[in-house]
Amino acid sequence: MEKESCTFSYCQKPQVVEHETDFLIVGGGMAACGAAFEASAWANPKKIKITMVDKAATDRSGAVAMGLSAINTYMGGNKVEDYVKYVRGDLMGIIREDLVYDLGRHVDDSVHKFEEWGLPIWKKGDDGFSLDGFQAKDAGKKMLKDAADDAEREKLVVRSGKWQVMINGESYKVIVAEAAKKALETNRAATGVAQNHFERVFITRLLLDANKPNTIAGAIGFSTRENKVYIFRAKAVLLVPGGCVNVFRPRSIGEGMGRTWFPVWNSGSGYAMGAQAGAELVQMENRFVPARFKDGYGPVGAWFLFFKAKATDANKDDYCANKEYLDDAKKKYGKYAEGVLGTAMRNHLMMEAMIRGKGPIMMWTNEAMDAISKQFKGKLGDKEGAKKVKHLEAEAWEDFLDMTIGQAGMWAANNIEPDKVPSEIIPSEPYFLGSHAGCAGFWVSGPGDIPGAPKEWFWGYNRMSTVNGLFMGGDTCGASGHKFSSGSHAEGRIAGKTAIAYILDNMNFKPTIKEKVDDLIVEMYLPFEIFEKYKTYTTSPNHISVNPNFIKPDQFQKRLMKIADEYFGGCGTWFKTSKSMLEEGLKKLQLLKEDANKLAASNLHELLRCWENCHRVLTAEAHARHILFREESRYPGYYYRADKDFIDDGNWMCFSVSKYNMAADKWEFRKVPYVQIFK
Amino acid sequence: MPSFVITEKCDGCKAQDKTACQYICPHDLMTLDREKMKAYNQEPEQCWECYNCVKICPQQAIEVRGYADYIPLGGSVIPLRGTDSIMWTIKFRNGALKRFKFPIRMTAEGSVDPYKGLPQADYSKIKNPGYFCYEAKKQ
Repeated sequence: MEKESCTFSYCQKPQVVEHETDFLIVGGGMAACGAAFEASAWANPKKIKITMVDKAATDRSGAVAMGLSAINTYMGGNKVEDYVKYVRGDLMGIIREDLVYDLGRHVDDSVHKFEEWGLPIWKKGDDGFSLDGFQAKDAGKKMLKDAADDAEREKLVVRSGKWQVMINGESYKVIVAEAAKKALETNRAATGVAQNHFERVFITRLLLDANKPNTIAGAIGFSTRENKVYIFRAKAVLLVPGGCVNVFRPRSIGEGMGRTWFPVWNSGSGYAMGAQAGAELVQMENRFVPARFKDGYGPVGAWFLFFKAKATDANKDDYCANKEYLDDAKKKYGKYAEGVLGTAMRNHLMMEAMIRGKGPIMMWTNEAMDAISKQFKGKLGDKEGAKKVKHLEAEAWEDFLDMTIGQAGMWAANNIEPDKVPSEIIPSEPYFLGSHAGCAGFWVSGPGDIPGAPKEWFWGYNRMSTVNGLFMGGDTCGASGHKFSSGSHAEGRIAGKTAIAYILDNMNFKPTIKEKVDDLIVEMYLPFEIFEKYKTYTTSPNHISVNPNFIKPDQFQKRLMKIADEYFGGCGTWFKTSKSMLEEGLKKLQLLKEDANKLAASNLHELLRCWENCHRVLTAEAHARHILFREESRYPGYYYRADKDFIDDGNWMCFSVSKYNMAADKWEFRKVPYVQIFK
Repeated sequence: MPSFVITEKCDGCKAQDKTACQYICPHDLMTLDREKMKAYNQEPEQCWECYNCVKICPQQAIEVRGYADYIPLGGSVIPLRGTDSIMWTIKFRNGALKRFKFPIRMTAEGSVDPYKGLPQADYSKIKNPGYFCYEAKKQ
């Protein structure tokens, strides 16, 4: 098939804007905002220039754009070591304990800052009931930063689980973004740079240095608002554009395709661009399949942990305690099916019930509310008790309204009142992330000071990838999940600080772009050229677009979703795949990669979608190849190698690390031994 | 639940350079029809129903209709976001109503002073654990 090229014969040439900086932050979410705040404090006195590039508006970008009802990582009075053990247990034994410990010892300061900046954090009232942000203030409750010690902080917060604290988080991101934007403003004042915060600019590629091997030099992207291409030169880059959603065909394939659990705008840009730059990936076989309220994707955490609701199969049996399922799981997955079960294993058991015809799985919200109501009335009398129950009902709704508003709409449209009827839950579809209950991402240097960590896990700069000057955080920092919003901010701060240390050590480095920038611009705008060239060939209007000369980004994405779902273990196959299925799927994916050369865009919005979907394809490929490499089923409940349906600690208690060679389009894999630091 | 714009209420943000909904949508969905000077959601199947367009619209012209592929008609969830709290009105398909009000922030918008009262960075510690203003926990 003939390859298309762009000569700007049909579409307009973009204006090219070159921007010099020292530290470039790609992304605008929690990790990016943390980095801007921390790095500016270190950069300003040295006149080091910082630039943040966000594809959206930072006030409402990233995974916290809608808001959150809880902060899921706060140590308080808990031991950091116990946090490491909890993360290890939930991620099936293989995590970088140096990274997780490092995150745990830092994260509380970010939470304290959020509160200082204005985030309402619930506090425990003197009567043991929870107070929202306003009530806590009126009751004279201290701010966390003002408490004498962690023991006092632990008494102040309202825990919904051991590591979670409840918040009124509708404006969580707005507040965190405000601090980051102010920090960037101080950096402008210190350096005399007119502009260092670019919104609505989408980065498509990282750029390497022409002179120093394996060293970052910047990034290139385009404006989604005007006909402009941006070239950023930087000594260090923090790559934090989030995880990846909508690679696998979601359960809703009509209008509801966008009502995913993790935000649909997470397009795998971090995984793809980092891999293209040559940074090593780790645990890309990992995915997260959240079990959530069916279709609405409302959070179940507060219902399980805070309201103590139970979930059962249709026979009202607790599927997590079913002897038959557990015995079978123990045979295949050994110790991972014993003791405290991780999230993956609970998914596995839920599906065991469903496959045996015992669905739907129901969450008994009504019974939980009933028990709480009886308890409150018994303790406080009917009138006071009823008042507290009403407050609790509001809290249950707030859980949705803060972070998954659509679930409230789902209940309203179905006349579901949670205190009267149960609701269905289901394992949804696979997501890639390194911040929540997943650990996909890049192989990075650890902090270097944790006793027991192998010396090979430290190469000078905490959170730096295997490419010099390229740092990771949040969803892109691998083998270290359960950071959540606060941990992503904290990790962005860690990476932002060490990036400045790296810059200070390399002050004389003048980044020189290795790639031919003109070629990159031609490649970037190719979808415009193709559309303009062929748009009149058929009578199809733009929104239908049947044309043998090109593929539109939404069509391209549906092809990807079909391949991923059917061959790489999506919900359509109960997350099961095998060596032969993966290999067959990878052949189809290769053809899709070739067809990326025929992507067509009629406007900047579609150009954005073209590039997002190119990033998704490479993320999907990394995932499939990692599952192929790891000859076991490490994460049952998330995916199964049906031909290797067991956990094999003897051979696979290790990290799987891959490196993509973009020029040759080849992948290399290696095993890195897992080391347990905390016994 | 894709967002939709009520024709009669939308004023295209009075023909400014960009509309509020266009500015805020995290997924670049809201766009302005320059002939009609009205905004619309150009890709409803990519809408995450984050409600940011609904919350920001100065005309309250944007609402959300449940996803056609699984939500029965008749319900609605409507926010009214103020400076320190948000009011929610939930209408059930059977007409039942619920109203809630929750705090959203404890400080005035724009008042964050991120480095106020914090120490200067100490460069002798730049390669140690901890932040410019915080010692990492030791256990």
